[in-house]
Amino acid sequence: MSQIRHHIPDDVLEAYHAGSLPHAFGVVVAAHLSLCDACRAWAESRDMMGGALLRELAGAALHEGARARILAAMDGPVPAVPRGSAVFPAPVMACLGGQPPRWRMLGGGIRQQILAADAEGSLRLLYIPPGKAVPEHGHGGLELTLVLQGSFSDNAGAFHRGDVETAHDAIDHQPVAGPGMPCICLAATDAPLRFHAFLPRLLQPLFRI
Amino acid sequence: METAIAPAGSVHKIETAPALPAGPERVEQPVRDDIAEQTRDLIAVRDQRDRAAFGRLFDYFGPRLKYMLIRGGMRDGSAEDVVQEVMLSVWHKAAQFDPHRADAAAWIYGIARNRRIDMMRRRPLAQPEAMPELDSLEPDAMQILALQEEARHLSEALSRLAPEQAEALRAAYFDDIPHSRISEVTGLPLGTIKSRIRLGLDRLRHELRRIAP
Repeated sequence: MSQIRHHIPDDVLEAYHAGSLPHAFGVVVAAHLSLCDACRAWAESRDMMGGALLRELAGAALHEGARARILAAMDGPVPAVPRGSAVFPAPVMACLGGQPPRWRMLGGGIRQQILAADAEGSLRLLYIPPGKAVPEHGHGGLELTLVLQGSFSDNAGAFHRGDVETAHDAIDHQPVAGPGMPCICLAATDAPLRFHAFLPRLLQPLFRI
Repeated sequence: METAIAPAGSVHKIETAPALPAGPERVEQPVRDDIAEQTRDLIAVRDQRDRAAFGRLFDYFGPRLKYMLIRGGMRDGSAEDVVQEVMLSVWHKAAQFDPHRADAAAWIYGIARNRRIDMMRRRPLAQPEAMPELDSLEPDAMQILALQEEARHLSEALSRLAPEQAEALRAAYFDDIPHSRISEVTGLPLGTIKSRIRLGLDRLRHELRRIAP
C-alpha cells in the first residue's frame, strides 16, 4: 500500500468514535479506516481504553437463565462478513448494494453516483478522467473527499488512494485528476456545493451535486 | 474498598438507572492475570469454538456490560437484551479477533460500543472493513505479550488517576456517547498502544501482500 499522507482530522475521528457523525461522513471515515493503519490504530487504541475501563467496572447481576439463553442462541445462523472489492472498501460496497457503480455523466467525461442525500448531507462517488478538472467550487460547510483510485491534486497537495482532503467552508479549490488511472473518489458534504461556473450552477439541482 | 468514591452525577444516574447495585462503581480486581486468561479464552472460542471458554467470558463480561449499559441510561430489561446481542456477536465474530491488536476486553468493548451507537442512530454507523483472517499467519507471541503488557500498564495508570479524572473517562466511554466530548487524561500510555496496534496491522498487510501481491 502506498503511504497515506492526508488523514481524517482529529475532531472528525472523535465524532466518528462517539457515533455522532452524519451517515455521509461516517462512510468516508469508515472507508479511510479500512485503508489507513495509522487512523485505525488510533480507533483501536480507544477501544483498549474502553476495555480497561470495562474490566475494572463493578458488575450488575444478570437475570437468572441469561447463560442458558445465550447458549441456546449460539447455534443460530452466522451473519456474513461484508467484503469490499479492489477499489471499493466494504463500507462503500455496502452503499453500492454490492453492485458496480451506476455512473451518471456530468459532462467533460466526469461521472458521479449519488450514494445518499438527505438533510444531514450527501455522499457520492466521482469519476474524473486523467488530467481533467472538477469545476472550481466552494463549500457551504465541511467536505471530506477520499481517493479510492488514481489521484488528484489541488492547492492543498497531491492525494492518492487512501488520502482524504478536508475542505471547510470558504475554501475554493479545483482538483485536477492525475495521469494514469481515472480518479475515483468518495465525497461527503453537509451542504450543497457551490460551483462558480455559470453552467454547472444551473445543472446543480438537476444532478444534485 | 469502603472508601471508594461515589461517581459524580450519581444522583442523576439513580433516577435513570435504578437497577445498579449499591456500592463502589469501580472495584479493585486482580486484572493482571485476567488479561492473559481472557485473551486465551477468546482465542479458544475463535479457533476451537470452545463453549466452556465462551461461558467464562460471558460470566466475566456479561455483568460488566450490563452495568455499562445501565450506566449509559438503559433500562434493566433492555440492558439484559443488549448483553445477549453483544455476547452473541462475540461468538459469531470471534474469527475477526486479533490478539496482536486488542485484548479481549478491548475487542468486546468495541462491539458493545458499536451496538449502543447504532441503537441511538437513525442509520447504523458505517464500520471499517474487517481485516482479513489469514490462516497461514503464525501468531507472534512476543507481540501478543507486549500488547497485553501495555494493557496492564494502562490499567495501572487508570488506577492511579484522581477519582474525578477516572469518572470523566467513564463518562466519556460509557454514557450518552453522542453527546460526550472525550477529553484525554494526560499521561495515559495510549501512544505506545497505538504503535503496538500498528505493528499488528503492518504484519497483517505484509502477509497479505505476500499471499496476494
